[in-house]
Amino acid sequence: MEPPVTLSTNDNAAPAIDSPVGSLLPAAPAALRPRRRPKFGQTSASDQHGRGWMIAVTVVMILAALYFLVPVYWLVVASTKSGGELFSTPGFAFSEFHLIDNLVNLSNYDDGIYWRWTFNSVIYSVVGSAFTTFVCALTGYAFAVYRFKGRKIVLGAVLASLLVPGTVLAQPTYMLLVALGLNNTYAGVLLPALVYPFGVLLAYIYAQSSIPLELVEAARLDGANELRIFFSIGLRLMMTGLVTILLFAFLGSWNSYMLPLLVLTDQTLMPLTVGLTGWNQSSITIPGLQILTVVGSLVSVVPIMIVFLALQRFWKAGISAGGVRF
Amino acid sequence: MSSATRTISRPRRFTGAGARWVPYAFIVPFSALFILFLIAPIFVAIGSSLFTVKSSGLGFGGDSAAVFAGVENYVRALTNSDFIASFGRVLLFGVVQVPVMMILAGGLALLFDSSLVKAKRLFQFAVFLPYAVPGVIAALLWGFLYQPAVSPVIQFLASIGIEANLLAPGTVLWAIANISIWSYTGINMIILFAALQSVPREMYEAARLDGADELRIAWSIKIPMIWPAFLLTTLSSIIGTLQLFSEPAVLKTITPNISSDFTPNMAVFSAATLGNNANLSSAMAVILGVATLVVSLVIMRVTNRRNGASRDA
Repeated sequence: MEPPVTLSTNDNAAPAIDSPVGSLLPAAPAALRPRRRPKFGQTSASDQHGRGWMIAVTVVMILAALYFLVPVYWLVVASTKSGGELFSTPGFAFSEFHLIDNLVNLSNYDDGIYWRWTFNSVIYSVVGSAFTTFVCALTGYAFAVYRFKGRKIVLGAVLASLLVPGTVLAQPTYMLLVALGLNNTYAGVLLPALVYPFGVLLAYIYAQSSIPLELVEAARLDGANELRIFFSIGLRLMMTGLVTILLFAFLGSWNSYMLPLLVLTDQTLMPLTVGLTGWNQSSITIPGLQILTVVGSLVSVVPIMIVFLALQRFWKAGISAGGVRF
Repeated sequence: MSSATRTISRPRRFTGAGARWVPYAFIVPFSALFILFLIAPIFVAIGSSLFTVKSSGLGFGGDSAAVFAGVENYVRALTNSDFIASFGRVLLFGVVQVPVMMILAGGLALLFDSSLVKAKRLFQFAVFLPYAVPGVIAALLWGFLYQPAVSPVIQFLASIGIEANLLAPGTVLWAIANISIWSYTGINMIILFAALQSVPREMYEAARLDGADELRIAWSIKIPMIWPAFLLTTLSSIIGTLQLFSEPAVLKTITPNISSDFTPNMAVFSAATLGNNANLSSAMAVILGVATLVVSLVIMRVTNRRNGASRDA
């Protein structure tokens, strides 16, 4: 995937740098050449600069990694502390190990409301994203495979709707849900999330590039009906793109905050985001909640990270396919 | 269009392959949801923004009725200095946060595309990891790191004699900007990196034969090639800025320096909940939507023109 093409072809100018001494003392060659700190945006340095650049870039990378990882590291460390130690011990150093106690307290607090929130988040995200993806797949497939009256109008509406910012719709959607009697229900959070125009476009682009119309024709000649063709050919060929849509829809629902905050007043229906911020707010008056918020945050983040890592092959491919065409 | 229909459905018309209703059946679920939860809310917002609730009786009796108010709510929103100030605030936020984040994302993407980075996957993972942390949780997390009582960062700064207050009136906006940069640099980097990876490698070889060094290649080939992706990610970042809600709403609980109408979206929210004025809230939502639309269109206009110009040159 990432062959070091440039490195292998252009080494002729740097024999001295690649000497054994150079590799033993990687800092030495850097000192020999004029030090130019790599600026962002122009750091794809010439290989003639070799090691010096390599070190400078590595330093930049380590600094960047620290910035992005340290808060997560703090979260892990803080989760192992007791409520008191959170304030009394150095933040980046482990103290006594209270993670298990914290998890027990997290599970017991308010009759295990935390796990109820987790369950709700899972329902909203898993069920929601599965349906969203299916709806997007159906629509994108139809745009790619069929030519029908009104196709351009619907496609245009989908494109135009990308300019309508989602959170601006939260308040009117809430009013609509109240009118429909769907506020404070699972459906009130689930249904609005099913509309995902960007997903439809991705599905369309993906279907267009991955489903040969000849194959659809051939299947028809073999007597397969349209639904069968969709399920056995369309869905399969679109799979990589669909996983991308699934992931983004999942993440969208998992992160969703403003709409559930408006729609739900019943604690037992809330997702983790709303529940945990509620705890954070209450922790001003209820001191023990602070550490539970920390542990709860950690527990809520871990599954997403695992999902993302496990599926990165898919979403990276999906981004490339989507990005190239846009 | 219709000729294309015929091409597709020609072979076996009578098997039902080309039945006219089939494509419509495929798009019905989406269309219904689209109308109900995207088109309808727009009309609900516009409609509601034109009314106001007047109680006809004295005080809290049930005799309140919605009466047509014309542009009254819009006038109220636009003459509300806090609401206007919230736009200025997110504008200032965007002017700083978006360039910083995009330069960081673009720079990292270029580095990852070069041969200079060892342990590429590990570093990419590090940069992308925060994207897996929901915005609300990221705000909670950074909220702890901003509080002097808990934060090792502030404690460290204090130990070397710097009294940092990241939640002061002048700094809290940048404290939020930092959360956004932390959260979204990764996804932008991945998109730009994907665009870079799809540039044909032969172009680099050709440039190298012409004597271009890597910096020159980055500047003259790589950046122009990923420019469309760069603009797309920038545009969506700007739209995201205007929508700012979760991060300030969460930080609001730990600092008095974030008002309930700190950002336009928070103003919409608090007008609907605290102010209990759905009509005013709708007018604000419509104003925010229109503002976002205008900003998006202007940016697209400008970038299209520039692209056209560079093509002519």
